[in-house]
Amino acid sequence: MIGLVIVSHSAKLAEGVRELAAQMAGDEVGISQAGGLPDDAQALGTDAFKILSAIEEVWCEDGVLLLMDVGSSVMSAEIALEMLPEQQRRRCKLSNAPLVEGAIVAALHASLGEPLQTVNAVAEAALSTPKLANTG
Amino acid sequence: MGQEITTSQLRKWLLSYAARIIENEAHLTELDTAIGDADHGVNMRRGMGKLQERLKEEKQSDNVSSFLRSVAMTLISGIGGAAGPLYGTFFLRAATSPTNGSSIDLVQLTQMFRYGLDGLQQRGKAQADDKTMIDTIQPAVEAMEAALAAHQSPAVILAAARQAAHLGMKHTIEIEARKGRASYLGPHSIGHQDPGATSAYFLFETAAEVFTKTGAD
Repeated sequence: MIGLVIVSHSAKLAEGVRELAAQMAGDEVGISQAGGLPDDAQALGTDAFKILSAIEEVWCEDGVLLLMDVGSSVMSAEIALEMLPEQQRRRCKLSNAPLVEGAIVAALHASLGEPLQTVNAVAEAALSTPKLANTG
Repeated sequence: MGQEITTSQLRKWLLSYAARIIENEAHLTELDTAIGDADHGVNMRRGMGKLQERLKEEKQSDNVSSFLRSVAMTLISGIGGAAGPLYGTFFLRAATSPTNGSSIDLVQLTQMFRYGLDGLQQRGKAQADDKTMIDTIQPAVEAMEAALAAHQSPAVILAAARQAAHLGMKHTIEIEARKGRASYLGPHSIGHQDPGATSAYFLFETAAEVFTKTGAD
């Protein structure tokens, strides 16, 4: 069963998204979060080392899917992956999914034991699922 | 061309850079308030504070690559905002450039900046004229490469880098942002100097000051 990492500029947002996702997944799926800067929980930003620790926290052989919010969270996540040993790096994936919808969908599918690529595909499909019934 | 820049001179350069950024915190904040989220000054000051602590530690490696790598690690975690991963990547990649162990010559300094620039472009996906730090660093590196090819003296090479970086920084006033938070403003970003291009300019300003002075012997 894959693990999930929630990356956000805000520690509060990361924790909130983790909470929403965990509600879908029960206790079985490892979901960790890396939000805000080290030292100062109030400061907004992302930190590659925090992301690295979050990956290690939920690491499993099936892989880890990372879901990011805006802007530099992607760059920080890329740096975190580059710091991993090759063996682990190729089992980690950065998702293009929207953070909230993606995390919820990914948690649900991860809890069903689906593989990394499949979980990511359904999470990314959340990008094209309209929120309002009469649109799209 | 025989001038060697030691790890200790690189340390002096980055201490000087950190001090220059801290002096200019309000200026960077002002620039970023106009077209961004007003955090570049604060973020850079925080990162430079961490860098100063790191550079003033007693135990320091004389090895240029390890030195640059430790600078990168400090900046990745210390700056916050988009500048953290960008400056971090710049120095992380610079640390993989060729050295003589505990020193570099002007050719290698130029390569170091070139490696950093390439890393930055891969990470941030920005091109010239996107109104980013690339608009300062790319012309500076190209000016160094041209001055090297023309067999200029170290002082001339460093002055060329500084001048090109300055022109590049000023050029960001005229162009529209296509990357980063400022790109949300579209044409409204024209008329404002880019904060990242400004903080990057100080890399070359302080390099010209420190390496020209210490390299005279």
